[in-house]
Amino acid sequence: MSPAISLSAIGLVVAATIGIGLFGLRISRTTSDFYVASRAVSPRWNASAISGEYLSAASFLGVAGLVLVNGADMLWFSVGYTVGYLMLLVLVAAPLRRSGAYTLPDFAETRFESAAVRRICAGLVVGIGTLYLLPQLHGAGLAVQTVTGAPPQVGAMIVAVIVVINVAAGGMRSITFVQAFQYWLKLTALAAPIFVILLAWHQPTGVLDSLHGAAAAWAEPLSRAGGRDHPLYATYSLLLALCFGTMGLPHVLVRFYTNPDGRAARRTTVVVLALLGLFYLFPPMYAVLGRTFAPDLVASGGDTVVLELPGRVFPGTAGDLLGALVAAGAFAAFLSTSSGLTVAIAGVIDQDLLRSRLREWTGGDYIAVNSFRIAALIAMVVPYLAFTVTGSLSLADTVGLAFALAASTFCPLLVLGIWWRRMSTTGAAAGLVVGGIAASAAALIHVAGAPQGGWPRALVGQPAAWTMPLAFITVIVVSKLTPDRIPAGTARSMVRLHTPEAVDVDRGLPPR
Amino acid sequence: MSTPEGPRRVRVTSPRTSAARRPIIPTGTREIDEQTRLGEIYMLSLVQSQLRLTLAVIAGVLLVLGSIPLLFWLVPPTRTLSIFGLPLPWVILGILVYPVVYVAARVYVRNAERIEAEFTEFVGRK
Repeated sequence: MSPAISLSAIGLVVAATIGIGLFGLRISRTTSDFYVASRAVSPRWNASAISGEYLSAASFLGVAGLVLVNGADMLWFSVGYTVGYLMLLVLVAAPLRRSGAYTLPDFAETRFESAAVRRICAGLVVGIGTLYLLPQLHGAGLAVQTVTGAPPQVGAMIVAVIVVINVAAGGMRSITFVQAFQYWLKLTALAAPIFVILLAWHQPTGVLDSLHGAAAAWAEPLSRAGGRDHPLYATYSLLLALCFGTMGLPHVLVRFYTNPDGRAARRTTVVVLALLGLFYLFPPMYAVLGRTFAPDLVASGGDTVVLELPGRVFPGTAGDLLGALVAAGAFAAFLSTSSGLTVAIAGVIDQDLLRSRLREWTGGDYIAVNSFRIAALIAMVVPYLAFTVTGSLSLADTVGLAFALAASTFCPLLVLGIWWRRMSTTGAAAGLVVGGIAASAAALIHVAGAPQGGWPRALVGQPAAWTMPLAFITVIVVSKLTPDRIPAGTARSMVRLHTPEAVDVDRGLPPR
Repeated sequence: MSTPEGPRRVRVTSPRTSAARRPIIPTGTREIDEQTRLGEIYMLSLVQSQLRLTLAVIAGVLLVLGSIPLLFWLVPPTRTLSIFGLPLPWVILGILVYPVVYVAARVYVRNAERIEAEFTEFVGRK
């Protein structure tokens, strides 16, 4: 692979991202510009932007790598990432948009009228966001290493610095068009090499050889390829985590606010489902081709298969060009998801943790924007340090743990908070704490050194199947025990969350 | 009497006479705003019909998706069965799932909007 061509392609993506960001800075100066301007955006653009932000390193590199190494069971990753948006659509999309909340802590505070629940949510946003940023940095390191041979810290540092500069400069206010552009770039980058390979191959049947015959055991579901025990449990648990974790990811809710109303939020989500489905047709093809053209990657973890495949199939200039396109797409994935996450985490750090302290320390002599900039720096430094400690985790696996944590905390909070009027504030807090501790304990054990095999490994590696029901049961039981702690404004909240905008009722919203 | 050319001359007067008129706005929104028992029932019926729809979609999707690993587990030949040169699991999980999910989403949105339109008609627009 030629480093020069790939590096210039990566440089172009970075320059375009910063360029569009800076241009956006000129035309939008206030925080509300970001939201109001976006309301002129049609559901299609908005859906491209949501998909662009959502398709991370785990989708672009990780899924193909996991399928290559661990076989057909890993196809559930891309299925789950997509069905997660369907669950989000039917359970929370329109009510969340109607809630008037910008962030998850905002939602928790207005629904449960409690600063304590808000603070727990703030902590969880930082936790989930950090778990999700980790694989983005890991992917960036891997991509730069594959292209140039530089150590992984270099690529991670590049993404971290660019994201912090871009977010701190306020450039992501024009986020909608950057993200929308990045969806189509990612789709093109992933699809073009596949089409070229299929067209260039004179006997298309040879391409599918790895799926049939004696060596095709990896292509069977429940095959335990890659040494995973209890595949049936792992499959169901993964499916649960991905289906119900999507709605709790910190960068997803913010994007929903760019819809003008609840109805548009639903319609946008339908388009998102189409765009995600289109994208996820391609990663499995890299795995199938990788088994034929790059079988050595199976032993090395597989996460680089998307980057290396074009060069393996076409040695020479054609491979270099396609490889550069893929590398550019991968960088678009790291930048878009990392930026969205950093904005979401920094917003929470700024509002809930930093601003009051800064006011204390400086005696009120500070500028609000600087608080956000410091928060953006913290939001990226923590996962970067975590990245330097934990190097070798598989991309999609770490993301799976972030989803499991979201499914065990924010999913019960949102689903029961929106649909169950007898949920108490104590119940909400208890569910967040119990689900959060259970899922993050599993994640920590998995990261620090998972048990060698059998049920302990399966339960820790895919915790959602037990942590999510545990959180739901905790909320329900504690709410039943504390009926006097049901928020006084629950009836008004239900009106706000569920009545269509065309009906003129009192939604109990403070005037903005 | 009436001439064929042009509209007839009409006299325009203010509708406001000495007595105050009863408001003609529908009272459904007021019942909700004042959280009367009736208003609570309106809201409960809206939330419950939306929830029924949501649970129906989730049950359908999870039943279909959830039965796929079970099928592979219980009927091993389905793991290697070949369709158009591709193994069945890859056809289902790699391709077929996505259009099915998209159709489910379309059906859901149509029904959710129908429920909201009926509710809006019932309690009254702005």
